[in-house]
Amino acid sequence: MTNLFNYIQRSSPIHRLTGAAKFACLLLWSLAAMTTFDTRILLPMPIVACILFFLSRIRFREVKVLFWFTFVFMVLNNALIYVFAPEHGVELYGARHVIWSGIGRFTLTQEQLFYHLNVILKYLATIPMVILFISTTQPSEFASSLNRIGVSYKIAYSVSLALRYIPDIQREYRDISTAQQARGLEMADKKQSLVKRLKNAAAMLFPLIISSMDRIELIANAMELRGFGKGKKRTWYSARPFQTADYVCVALCAGLLLLSVGMSVLRHSRYFNPFS
Amino acid sequence: MKKSPVVTIVAIGIGAALFFVLGRFVAIPSPVPNTNISTQYGLLAFMAGLFGPVAGLLIALIGHALIDFSYGWGIWWSWVIASGAAGFIMGLAARKLALGGGEFGGKQIVRFNVYQIVAHLVAWVGIAPVLDILIYQEPSDKVFLQGLMAGAANIVTTAVIGTLLCLAYSKTRPKSGSLKKED
Repeated sequence: MTNLFNYIQRSSPIHRLTGAAKFACLLLWSLAAMTTFDTRILLPMPIVACILFFLSRIRFREVKVLFWFTFVFMVLNNALIYVFAPEHGVELYGARHVIWSGIGRFTLTQEQLFYHLNVILKYLATIPMVILFISTTQPSEFASSLNRIGVSYKIAYSVSLALRYIPDIQREYRDISTAQQARGLEMADKKQSLVKRLKNAAAMLFPLIISSMDRIELIANAMELRGFGKGKKRTWYSARPFQTADYVCVALCAGLLLLSVGMSVLRHSRYFNPFS
Repeated sequence: MKKSPVVTIVAIGIGAALFFVLGRFVAIPSPVPNTNISTQYGLLAFMAGLFGPVAGLLIALIGHALIDFSYGWGIWWSWVIASGAAGFIMGLAARKLALGGGEFGGKQIVRFNVYQIVAHLVAWVGIAPVLDILIYQEPSDKVFLQGLMAGAANIVTTAVIGTLLCLAYSKTRPKSGSLKKED
């Protein structure tokens, strides 16, 4: 419960990078993966991500659950795309090489397979990086890193408040749930109707949210009494100064994004098209 | 009632934490397999209606991004941004609702729901599918149908949970102008 975001303490080059650098890299990297459909750029990205994963000394079984969540999501999404538009790739690439004429509208074409390959590569390029980021960055350092990359410190402080109060709110939710069950709220029955389930949820949500409103007032008063928001800047306990490695990583990821955008601009298209 | 900026900052933090907990742990399984009823949008509409558009935007952005982070599937930017936009539009109702003033009757209920329906439509039938097409080049039928289903479900849960929350909260507040000077 304390480890909601799966932070794993280790000593590795990836852990030693500052949170701000890692966050900037994650943003640049995922933007690069999002903007391009060039297989030649997308193909090396998962490989590099896997190497970084190895360097971080995080073992696969430690993040297995996170990985499977995303994997199921990816498979479902691809299946949905195929069901809705079995010839979407033909439209995108402007060519049609049939492999199997299939049943009814469900044909199998090289273009469609190539499109799915690109979509899967986009996932595989970003998933390991996100898992890497959350398992090597301390949540409290994450908030300060937001401020570091240019987000106003007041917003960064909101994020840090959110991270601080998630466990408290979870605990309160559990307390309310047990209290309501002690008063006779039926929860165990799996075959309840939807309306009944909504009513049950309401019986727990309302006390939780209304009491949180009081909490907001309390915290705001405490912060105001200590003069929060008076200065233009603030310092962070968990902030660390940038090292050479941090600059190098950010520069590399910025280069990747430039490459991805640059290729698209030069080619006047986001696609690498082997069919034309 | 004038609010200090510190209250808004704290409201964003606590709001995002609540959004996260509701979205991650209080999922009500719906009759359609593999989909959940997202109770967090009822909370979002209520908090945005109380604290305004900026708070609505940031609660949704932070809360949704944290949920995505905790599942590890990366940030699904198109849907996070759509959530933020929904929060922002819901917040535009805040000034006219005056929830802190303790009055929430028929007129306010209609206003609250008009704003939340517009917000959900813009977010899930407008922004989310368009961004999905731009970023992932997904087929348009698929993303619009997905958006339509998510939007409809969110509108219904927000209408029920959001409205009831506003009613419950306004009852805990003293009505503005309820004190009179004795003659």
